[in-house]
Amino acid sequence: MADARAEILARIRSALADVPASERPGDVPVAREYRRADDRSRDELVALFAQRVGDYRADVQRVPPVRLPEAIAQACSKQGLHRLAVPAGLPDAWPPAGIELVRDEGLSAAELDRIDGALTGCAAAIAETGTIVLDGGRLSGRRALTLVPDHHICVVTADQIHGQIAEALAAVATAVTEQHAPITLVSGPSASSDIELERVEGVHGPRHLTVLIAEPGA
Amino acid sequence: MTPSEHPSFPVAARTALADTQLRHNLAHATHSIRDKRAAVVAELPDWEQLREAGRGLKERVMRHLDDHLLEFEAAVTAAGGTVHWARDGEACNRIVADIVAAQGVDEVVKVKSLTTEETELNQALARRGIRAWETDLAQLIIQLADDQPSHVLVPAIHKNRTQIRDLFRARLPDAPADLTDDPERLVQVARAHLRRLFLEAKVGISGANFGIAETGTVCVVESEGNGRMCTTLPEVLISVMGIEKVVPAWQDLEVFLALLPRSSTAERMNPYTSLWTGVCDGDGPREFHLVLLDNGRTNVLADQVGRQALYCIRCSACLNVCPVYERTGGHAYDSVYPGPIGAILTPLLSDLRDHRSLPYASSLCGACYEVCPVKINIPEVLVHLRDRVTSEPPPDRHGARGRVDPERLAMQAVARVFASRRAYESAQRAARRGQGPFVRNGSVRQLPGPLGAWTSARDLPPVAPQSFRDWWRSTHPENG
Repeated sequence: MADARAEILARIRSALADVPASERPGDVPVAREYRRADDRSRDELVALFAQRVGDYRADVQRVPPVRLPEAIAQACSKQGLHRLAVPAGLPDAWPPAGIELVRDEGLSAAELDRIDGALTGCAAAIAETGTIVLDGGRLSGRRALTLVPDHHICVVTADQIHGQIAEALAAVATAVTEQHAPITLVSGPSASSDIELERVEGVHGPRHLTVLIAEPGA
Repeated sequence: MTPSEHPSFPVAARTALADTQLRHNLAHATHSIRDKRAAVVAELPDWEQLREAGRGLKERVMRHLDDHLLEFEAAVTAAGGTVHWARDGEACNRIVADIVAAQGVDEVVKVKSLTTEETELNQALARRGIRAWETDLAQLIIQLADDQPSHVLVPAIHKNRTQIRDLFRARLPDAPADLTDDPERLVQVARAHLRRLFLEAKVGISGANFGIAETGTVCVVESEGNGRMCTTLPEVLISVMGIEKVVPAWQDLEVFLALLPRSSTAERMNPYTSLWTGVCDGDGPREFHLVLLDNGRTNVLADQVGRQALYCIRCSACLNVCPVYERTGGHAYDSVYPGPIGAILTPLLSDLRDHRSLPYASSLCGACYEVCPVKINIPEVLVHLRDRVTSEPPPDRHGARGRVDPERLAMQAVARVFASRRAYESAQRAARRGQGPFVRNGSVRQLPGPLGAWTSARDLPPVAPQSFRDWWRSTHPENG
């Protein structure tokens, strides 16, 4: 059998006979005239992020950092959560008393399935789209942690919120290139529009998403 | 595949048009998504700049596809992935089946992927004794109904909630007997049904929305979480990616992730986007295989006008705005890729001779071009393909060459008449005298004899009682 790789590359080169041999990829112009940065104030961005996350029917709340444990406890009692899986690097100051924490040191999917919810931080957030960026690191946790349990409580600090997609992707670029970090973008709870193109929340991923924005002075 | 296996679009469309339930379901779905899309697009002041950047990036990739693929392959390999190349669907399916078989399992979970539908991977796996579970809700509906997808994004768009409820009751043993047609209840049944499979599957199979040459990252964009399940929990992950899905750099995602969700599901962002780079110790699959698929894409690349069809990011906005798709649905296109993009991509990917009617499945209104997030000029490619259809000989199963083409002869006669004012005016007079018996309610519904083929799917306005020239001559005798 001929080498498929060599054959496909040869077919590509013959299909592109019209492209001058001297042309380099960078010679094909790409106009980046769209917004790559956002000049809105921190306050405006936090407000926009909160509103956009809320549009996805996630629970969202702006709280001062010292009141995080209280807000987390409230979210747990509202949803009836008693045991939370947490990533290794979760700050000690976040979790409230009275909730059992299970540190994720390689929990299996079946073990995660028996835990009420997950409590994590994140790597960045996008105001324009109401998106949380997870990078598999010490705050975000492994991918399965925020996927298998039915509830995800995510703490976003105000300084992690960017206006544009471009800024948030740039914030995790080094983690991707240097550590091959898996990146997950989360915008609201899981949903489906497969029945009559009507959005229904809560399919295979967590059915409930709570976002707590830790904001000095909130 | 022989030409006879593909019914022509007008013939296939007739079945769809006769199904009033189908037309109702389609009109409801396409109109609601159309309005939502327009609203989220209008929210961005720089939408046109994003489209132009998306188009430019895709043009850059296609003109240097070999360079980008080699860079991508090297980056995936460096990150611990294994890259396979498949020249056609059969080769792709064999590669995937061999990897699955090597794991000693007979069950895999799958994320919805048009590319693996194109290669008919599930059927190929079944022949090797491997059951592929579709985990996307719409794909599950299609699989349970033994049906064919009819939309790129919402494969079961032709089914309404009651039809889906009835299907779940009949085909899912764990569906409750009192199941209603409330979409929330239906979604919960699917969740319960697939949960065990996700937690136990050893092998996951996905497609890819984007592959980033610079970093070797693969991107899957989805809503339900089944994509995250399939790409995270199994020990082995196999992703099948068309060679045209590569994009140059990590930074370029900022363009495509802005364009795709707003164009497809009319959301600011889809619920979940997974981006993984090879394998990651302790997080996700321990083995990652990427299959790069040609399967006709290099044919598309070789057509300088048609090349832009490879820019497609499978958003389906062109389906939702198309006046033809809205009425016929996806099945009439007889392809994994229906709608306006399918009308150009299908003949270019396979063989124009097998799909001669598809470039005509359009009124050339241009709505598809206006909404396309990467500015594929679909009307331009349709006209180009129509030109190829008329200039390349039709397939002839009887082996006779140079057969007389009546349409071609008729068009040549029309060209002669239109070239001469005298011939044109006397033809007008003759038509005016002769058309009487064929005019019904102000239009010609059925022309006589062989001309009837033209009016089988079109109405023709009758020749006016007085032409503009006649009117001018009668009112301006001094200028006559």
